[in-house]
Amino acid sequence: MNELQTILSDSVNGLLSERVTKALVQKAEEGEFPAALWSEVEANGLTRVLVPEEQGGAGGTWADAAIVLKAAGEHVAPLPLAEALLANWLLVQAGIEVPDGITTLLDGDFTLEGGKLSGEAARAPYGRDAAHGVAIVKGEVVLVALEAAKIDPGINVAREPRDCVTLKAAPATAKKASLPGNAMKLYGALIRACQMAGALGYLSTQSVAYANERTQFGKPIGKFQAIQQQLAVLSTQAAACGVITDHACAQVDKRGAGAAFEIAAAKIRVDDASSIATSIAHQVHGAIGFTYEHGLHFATRRLWSWRAEFGAGRDWAETLGHETIAAGADALWPHVTAR
Amino acid sequence: MQPFRFDLCELPGETEGLREEIRAFLAEELKHVPKVTRAQTWSGSDTEFSRKMGAKGWIGMTWPKKYGGHERSFFERYVMLEEMLAAGAPVGAHWIGDRQSGPLLLRFGTEEQRQKILPRVAKGECYFCIGMSEPDSGSDLAATRTRADKVDGGYRVNGTKLWTSGAHTAHYMIALFRTDSAPEAKHSGLTQFLVDLKNTDGITIRPIKDLAGNAHFNEVVFEDAFVPDGMLVGTEGGGWGQVTAELAFERSGPERYLSSFMLMVEMIRELEKRGGDGAVEIGRLVAHLVTLRQMSLSVAGMLEKGENPALEASVVKDLGAIFEQDMPVRAHELLGMAPTVGEGSDYEQVLGYLTQTVPSFSLRGGTREILRGIIARGLGLR
Repeated sequence: MNELQTILSDSVNGLLSERVTKALVQKAEEGEFPAALWSEVEANGLTRVLVPEEQGGAGGTWADAAIVLKAAGEHVAPLPLAEALLANWLLVQAGIEVPDGITTLLDGDFTLEGGKLSGEAARAPYGRDAAHGVAIVKGEVVLVALEAAKIDPGINVAREPRDCVTLKAAPATAKKASLPGNAMKLYGALIRACQMAGALGYLSTQSVAYANERTQFGKPIGKFQAIQQQLAVLSTQAAACGVITDHACAQVDKRGAGAAFEIAAAKIRVDDASSIATSIAHQVHGAIGFTYEHGLHFATRRLWSWRAEFGAGRDWAETLGHETIAAGADALWPHVTAR
Repeated sequence: MQPFRFDLCELPGETEGLREEIRAFLAEELKHVPKVTRAQTWSGSDTEFSRKMGAKGWIGMTWPKKYGGHERSFFERYVMLEEMLAAGAPVGAHWIGDRQSGPLLLRFGTEEQRQKILPRVAKGECYFCIGMSEPDSGSDLAATRTRADKVDGGYRVNGTKLWTSGAHTAHYMIALFRTDSAPEAKHSGLTQFLVDLKNTDGITIRPIKDLAGNAHFNEVVFEDAFVPDGMLVGTEGGGWGQVTAELAFERSGPERYLSSFMLMVEMIRELEKRGGDGAVEIGRLVAHLVTLRQMSLSVAGMLEKGENPALEASVVKDLGAIFEQDMPVRAHELLGMAPTVGEGSDYEQVLGYLTQTVPSFSLRGGTREILRGIIARGLGLR
């Protein structure tokens, strides 16, 4: 890790490990947004990792952002941190000034006419809590205030707000940016993949810790080979996801939207891993892990939600598979090794 | 915290020239080699091909020049390896000497052993096999019973080694023998030896036919075979530690996820012809392939830095074997064509070969269960 990465890692992990308690996540699930924690997240510059220094950001790379995104997943922070981080980056790409407060992503069908934005984002993360939203309409990044928006509340299975946000001719700031047509879905998949890699790391360490504590038949269950073998599998899945998400972020830094291949691979890989890993983590934890009382489900329910957001693994696999088959059998190896 | 570290590792740009050179060489050399033969990758053996590789300087690439090596980087060697494997080059004859026994001799061998043997290995003329497993010692390697008893000027060896790949073509075996039979010396009573298979009386090598009808591995019986003092490798009683270090090399390379790559390529070719479905499955395989390559490269980066990636190598080998073994299953589900032997399309024959061969991929070089035990130890569970 370089200096910025060490600072970011200490800052985000220190803050979230201390402040994201079970009680806080539970209250968030009941509808109480952790506003004080959010203020600290903003004060620490965590939503502005990808914003240039002269605009009040950290001037970081996606490799730096990965640290914050993974920490957000690992600590199950009930905040739109990943969304704000990406929204701010999109604004920077278009040269739009980054506003303070919560900015979320508006993934949906929108039209822009005379500087007014209309349309609907069916499942906008934390739509109810956000002051602003960022949409992409025909190559233009659009920043819109959400005070006049119609909000129909909804949640995902992790009980994170996923609200239907409807806008009718809302005044907006729009500027052209050099982004791929599917930028929202593409980079959305990247932030979710990183969060998932973080959550998978948590499942691994938490399950190992539990297996060392829980005693049955006179010894910790982690002493049984059947459990050890399962935990080994869980840890290798988490390790694979750490690598592929780091790789995807590094490739975005290197080739921008040209890294769509790696982003797709990352989302596919973490999706596959989360099915295996959530199953093992719950099996190792036994009945207690199935209760609301134990915190394991905060991570597993997020994984079950996130794996289908911004394109499920199978959707990205379909894209990647079509491209691979169309390019031809003998093109695969040269393509893989050229990256 | 996870106990593994997989730092990203990007191959330096100067390896690309080498990659192009190797691709051009292989395009010519493998022009007429059938796909099903290529599917054997590092199990396929061709001594003529090994000599050509030696002449190119692609064996012992990282070794010192004074032992016939070429003092190139681990990354250059990595590029050479992955290109050979992806193309299905018959690297089997020199494979063990290049990957495992050469590095072992560099580390633990005597000066005389190095000078006498390594230059010939690097030329692609001298081949190795590994004598570890025995009838009663598989995963429990420390249960080794083949004895090397001290006699005047050397050791007298009695016992049987089993599943010894390539013993019938190899010039030397690196063998793990018991030099101390005391019960308390289970680990400390093991010693590694170089055995000259071509010039030692009392050694019988019998092929063992595998389930596909091939005879890659053997039973090697020692009956009062004499091994001179000068053939001891490392220290007497130090065999266990040496073998453990050696296995890290055996588990670390791209061969641990590319063994079924030929089938993946032929699957895509088949789907290309048919049009239609299969994209989701192929996309998924590509994602796993890319991930494994990055993990494997990360291990190579640790080797280049002189670190010990034993644990990380076990992680890659375990995930790699799952990927390799999944390939015929995916192929069957996607295309439903019968695997064939000796007839049929490239795809059908490659499927035939790999369907029968993949069970060995989670046995060779440490079983899945042993690897997961190593990982569990890394996790602090044992």
